[in-house]
Order: sequence, then C-alpha cells, then structure tokens
Amino acid sequence: MKRIITLVVQNRSGVLNRITGLMQKRQFNIESISVGRTEKEGISKMTFVVDVEDHRKLEQLTKQLHKQIDVLKITDLSDKAIVARELALIKIVSNASVRNEVQGIIEPFRAAVIDVSKDSLSVQVTGKSEKIEALIELLRPYGIKDIARTGLTAFSRGQQPQAAELTQYSLLK
Amino acid sequence: MKLQAETKTKSQPVTKTGADILIESLVEQQVDTIFGYPGGAVLPIYDALYRSDAEFQHILTRHEQGAIHAAEGYARVRRKAGVVLATSGPGATNLVTGIADAMMDSLPLVVLTGQVATTVTGTDAFQEADIMGITTPITKHNYQIQSAYEIPKIIKEAFHIASTGRPGPVVVDIPKDISANPCFETDQSPFHLPGYQPTFNPNPLQIKKLSEAVKQAKKPLILTGAGVLHGAGSETLLEIVEEFKIPVTSTLLGLGAFPGDHELFLGMAGMHGTYTSNMAITDCDLLINVGARFDDRLTGNLEHFAKNAVVAHIDIDPAEIGKNVHTHIPIVSDAGAALKEWKRQMKEGPQDHSAWLEELHYNKQAYPLWFNSPKEEMVAQWAIKTIHDVTKGDPIVTTDVGQHQMWAAQYFQFRKPDRWVTSGGLGTMGFGFPAAIGCQLAKPEERVIALVGDGGFQMTLQELSVLQERNLPVKIVILNNQALGMVRQWQEEFYEERYSESLVACQPDFVKLAEAYSIKGVKIESKADFENQIGELMSSDEPVLVDARVIQQENVFPMVPPGRGINDMVGVKPK
Ligand SMILES: Cc1ncc(C[n+]2csc(CCOP(=O)(O)OP(=O)(O)O)c2C)c(N)n1
Repeated sequence: MKRIITLVVQNRSGVLNRITGLMQKRQFNIESISVGRTEKEGISKMTFVVDVEDHRKLEQLTKQLHKQIDVLKITDLSDKAIVARELALIKIVSNASVRNEVQGIIEPFRAAVIDVSKDSLSVQVTGKSEKIEALIELLRPYGIKDIARTGLTAFSRGQQPQAAELTQYSLLK
Repeated sequence: MKLQAETKTKSQPVTKTGADILIESLVEQQVDTIFGYPGGAVLPIYDALYRSDAEFQHILTRHEQGAIHAAEGYARVRRKAGVVLATSGPGATNLVTGIADAMMDSLPLVVLTGQVATTVTGTDAFQEADIMGITTPITKHNYQIQSAYEIPKIIKEAFHIASTGRPGPVVVDIPKDISANPCFETDQSPFHLPGYQPTFNPNPLQIKKLSEAVKQAKKPLILTGAGVLHGAGSETLLEIVEEFKIPVTSTLLGLGAFPGDHELFLGMAGMHGTYTSNMAITDCDLLINVGARFDDRLTGNLEHFAKNAVVAHIDIDPAEIGKNVHTHIPIVSDAGAALKEWKRQMKEGPQDHSAWLEELHYNKQAYPLWFNSPKEEMVAQWAIKTIHDVTKGDPIVTTDVGQHQMWAAQYFQFRKPDRWVTSGGLGTMGFGFPAAIGCQLAKPEERVIALVGDGGFQMTLQELSVLQERNLPVKIVILNNQALGMVRQWQEEFYEERYSESLVACQPDFVKLAEAYSIKGVKIESKADFENQIGELMSSDEPVLVDARVIQQENVFPMVPPGRGINDMVGVKPK
C-alpha cells in the first residue's frame, strides 16, 4: 500500500542519507522524495511516498524513523485530509503548427507553457500525481524529449473532517 | 635571565587546540580509559594526550579491531560508554566490525575517528574514507565535527546518546585541521536534543495489564534479555520470581540476569537452548519478555513460537516491540524501571500454576543437557564445566564465536549479572580475547577468563602484546579442536560431511606463541592433567594461555535446525 509520510528533521549533514539508507536497509520502496526548508531555521521537511506491504511494516518504518536522532516529527498523512501537490516540467517535440493544439490540451490542466524553441515546447504543471500522469499521457503522442518531476509534497488540511467523511478527501483511497 | 624567562611564560597565551578541547571534554565525561591506535589524522589528538595531565589511561592495542572489542568488553561490565580512538581511512575502517557488533548488542561506545583536513575533504586525499557514510547504518548516531567551537557540545551529546535509551555506538569524526588549529571559543551550552527523548519509565496502566495477565496465567514464563542487565534489574527480578514463583528462561545475552543455578531457571532458550526452555516457550500461556529483542536465533521459525501465549514485551526500544512477534501487552520502558513498577503493583501471583512448575521441574530432570565424556580425552563441554567448577568465585567470562561459545552459555552457570561477555547479534569471531582485555581493565580486581576457539583466537591474537605490556592477568583458554568447529558441525549435519575448509590442522604452537610474548603457555591434552592444573592456572596473578586439546567431532546439542520451530529439536536425550 502507498503511504505519504512527512518528516520534520534537523537539517544536519547526512540526514537525507540517513533516512533513505534506513529505508533501503529495511527494504521499503521509495516512490518519491521531496525535501525543502521550513519556516524555522535549521529545520527541513521531507515528504516521502513509500510502498509498504502491510500495517506491521508501516509501524516498523515509523518506529525506525523515530529512532533517528535528527528526526523531530513523523506524520503519516495517508489517512488524513491533505493538500498534496507535485510539479512537473515536460518538454515535447513541437513546431509552430502544433503549438495551438498543445495549448488546447494543457488548458484544462491549468498548465503553462514556460519555454518555446524552434522544435520544442516546455510545459509546467502542478497537481496531484494522477493529474500529472494524465497530462503526460496526452502529450506523449507529440514526442516527449524530457521530463522533470519534483515528487509529491503535502501537508494536512487546516480543517480535518470527521472520520466518516475522510475517504473522499484522502489521496490514496 | 630569570626575569626574562618569567616574562616569556607570561607573554605566551595558553592557546588550546581543538584536540586539547577534545581531551578536556573527555575528562569532563569522566573517561578513565581510551582504547586506541595513532596515525596521521589523529596526531594532534595524540599530541594533546601526551601533553595533557589528565588522569586517564590510553591502551595501545595492536590493531584497531582489538581496541574496539576491548572497549565493548569494558562497556559491558562497567555499564558505561567505552571510548575508542583511531586514525582516518584504514584506522577507521578497521573499527567497522566492532561498531556493527556494538550496534547489534546495544553496547555504549563513543568512537573517535580522525579525518583528513577540511581543506581536502572529498578529494580522495591520502587516508580519506567516508566514515560517516560507512557507519551511518551501523551507529546509533554519528557526527562529523565542523569546527572546534562545537567539540564540547558534541562530545556531551555523543556520550548521552551512546549510554541512554537503548545504548549503542556513536561515531565522532574529527578532521585533522580542526584538532590541530588553535581554538579560542567553544560552545559550553548544555545540549538540546529535541529528536531524542527515550522513554525510561513504564506506563503504569500497561504494568497493570501485565499483573492481571500474570494472575490469570496457568503457565507463565519470563524470558530475560540483556535489557535486564542494562537496566540493572536483576535484584528486582529475583524478588519477583521468588515471591510469585514464575519460571525463567534467557536469551544468550541475558545470561546472568537471573541466577543460573536457581531452581526456577530453565537454562538458555533458542537454537541451542535447553529442551525445558524451548518447550516452556512453546507451551506457556503467558510469555513475559523482559529486555530481549526476539532475535531469530531465539525464536526459530516464528510460526511455531509461543503460539499459545499472551505475549508481554518490556523493551526500551519501541521499534523492537511487535517487530518479530505479535505482542499483546507492549511496555516501552527501561527493564529495571518496569520490573520495579511491576513489583510495586503486583499483589497476587498466578492463582494456579503448580502443575506447570511440576511439569518444568520434571523436564529439567528428565531432559538435561548431556555430552559424551571419554575417560582420558577432553571434550570442550567437560573442560568448560570443569573451569566453572574450579572457579566458584564467579569470574568474568568472555567468549569468541562458535561451538565453544554455545557450550560456555550452556555449561557456565552465571549466578551474577555482568559476568558474561559474548558477541551475540553479529557473532563476531575475534571478539573474545580483546573483549577480555577490556573487562580486565574495567574491573582490575576481578578474574577474567577468555574462552576462545583456535579459529577465532587467531583473528585477534596480536593483542597478546597488551597482556605482556600491562601484565594483565587475563586467562586465555583455547578450546582447541583444530577446526572451525561450528562450521564443521553444520557441514556434518547439513552438507553430508563435506568439510570444506573447516578442518585446520595447521596451526601455530600456541605455547611458544605465548612465550614469544613472555606469557606463560601450557598445553593440556588429557582430562587428568586438566583437572590437576586448571585450578592453579586460573588463579594465577599473571596472564596465562592454556591450549586445551579437545575432541574435534563433538557437536553442540540440542539444536533446532534452521527454519524449524524451537520445539523441533534434535539431540535431546532423555536421562
Ligand atoms: C569474523 C567471522 N568470520 C566467520 C564467521 C563464521 N563462523 C562462525 S563460527 C565459526 C567457526 C569458529 O571456529 P573456532 O574459533 O575454532 O571455534 P569453535 O567453533 O571450534 O569452537 C565460523 C568460521 C564468524 N562468525 N565471524
């Protein structure tokens, strides 16, 4: 099962290595990682999407992460109402003749063209991973030259609905 | 002239180097012994040691692996962090086995490694090794010092982390320019580790559940692990057991937490555990694990482990609870603290478990440990038992890894805690002899015996130099079967006696070897000679090496073949 786990960590050298190493050692599969600074100096936040077998393994993962001295807080967002976004840059083959057509495709995704050259065009899109994947599929026929994705980053919504309503907000269910 | 000299001393400010600050920080931690080996990247630290008038001793081992195993032995019997110092690159990589060993067996170590100067870090400079990268997965934590300013604080943190919570090794990597350069200001503020708040005391409600479960149990059983030793819980445990008559079994590392000769002690459990212990785990209806981690050498195939039991697990490391065995009553706590609270709360013991006690008592009588003992020749089991019998004074015993280790666990009945030092989790050959050096330095008054195999001893025997140099009265007993016995046993049992590279007839003359280090060496080949000499040899004030020739073909029994449940044992013999 896929889980979204965020970690608040002390921004010490080697901390990313520590965390990814631990996951590798205990055989957890990392689908994506994103890391950035927070509003507090010296504190960073990491967002992991991991694939774990079952709840027991998940419990092991969070407990092992807790043991890391530099980890201050672990949140499993998977069962919460969250806001989650990923950013992708997609470069496709394109000449003047298809530009308008592409524009039409990306518009409903609220994506933007951010670079154009003689024979290529670059699109920026943000959203949930499924949305990004959908856009990539639509652009694939034009010929994809390059893709850069940030991996998912997320936090919980300001207001958490009652447990019963949760599923509709949750990303993974 | 005199005047001049005076002004000269006055005008020279006392500039301390980073290394001086390091030494001061160690003194502040009340370090009394450092095990180490010098080299380029730690020259400033060795110079500071030389200049320092601090009280502690530096033990120069003859290999860094010897230093770290000695520090482990020291840490185990002193219940305090062992300190190791080695140079960068090869010095540091030579420590890796010991670091991993200490991590597996939860031993507190502070490991100081030199590093190339910050000006050349990352350039593959001479003797540069990424020791932070290498040791991240095998340390509780590690640090690379970025400036001398932070040395006092990091050293405080390192000792705190190593020796609290679930103990473990902490590496502090110190670049040469930082230890060499003058340092004018240091961070003396107390440390603050918001991400490290180990639980020490149990939740009383969980203890209540445990007491309730005990009351209802008809077949309760306590399993002791090294956590009882770390938490100094032996006395409380004994009080609980005596009052409520709950039988006790133990892991390999937990031996000595409960008196080995007590009528309620069933012996070690696990792969080479006693029949009584393994069957007790299989049949019990309440298993109370106090400070053990349900290692696979204990549990065997998990599908058959304690299937009829409510499992209570006291562990200071929450990650161990539920990791391997489903747990009904989790108790995150220091084992000593949990035992105290348990004793405080428990008013009534099991209501009706006399049949259980009788059954276990019967099993103990009917299926004891056994070995063949020919008239003249020695088997290792007999030799170990004999040493046990003649040293009633409860020596500290270290072992290496292999058959002799299991036999020592089986036949040396430890009556007191912190007498038993062995490499459990990693199973590191070469551990036993240097660990004994560490024990002897930690407890100069005690008698320390290293029981080693002829294979493992040859992995770290260079440390005989330390015995010679310091005249440490460590007694080395080589249980010499001219084989890598445990490997030979597995080849006999599971590989149709194809003894691939496990029969090692070629070996040094161990007596001459001892003599080369000016140590008394004795070769003993018969039971009679052993009986005649061993008492005196073991009580000598000097170091002694005994080359005890034992029969090669002996196997460690009983045994749970790999992959089987612990109730499925071979080599059990009814009396
Ligand atoms: C460093 C290391 N290498 C290899 C092994 C695998 N191993 C386990 S027991 C053993 C044989 C040990 O032989 P010896 O020291 O003579 O002791 P014995 O089993 O004969 O008592 C070996 C090779 C190990 N545990 N550690």
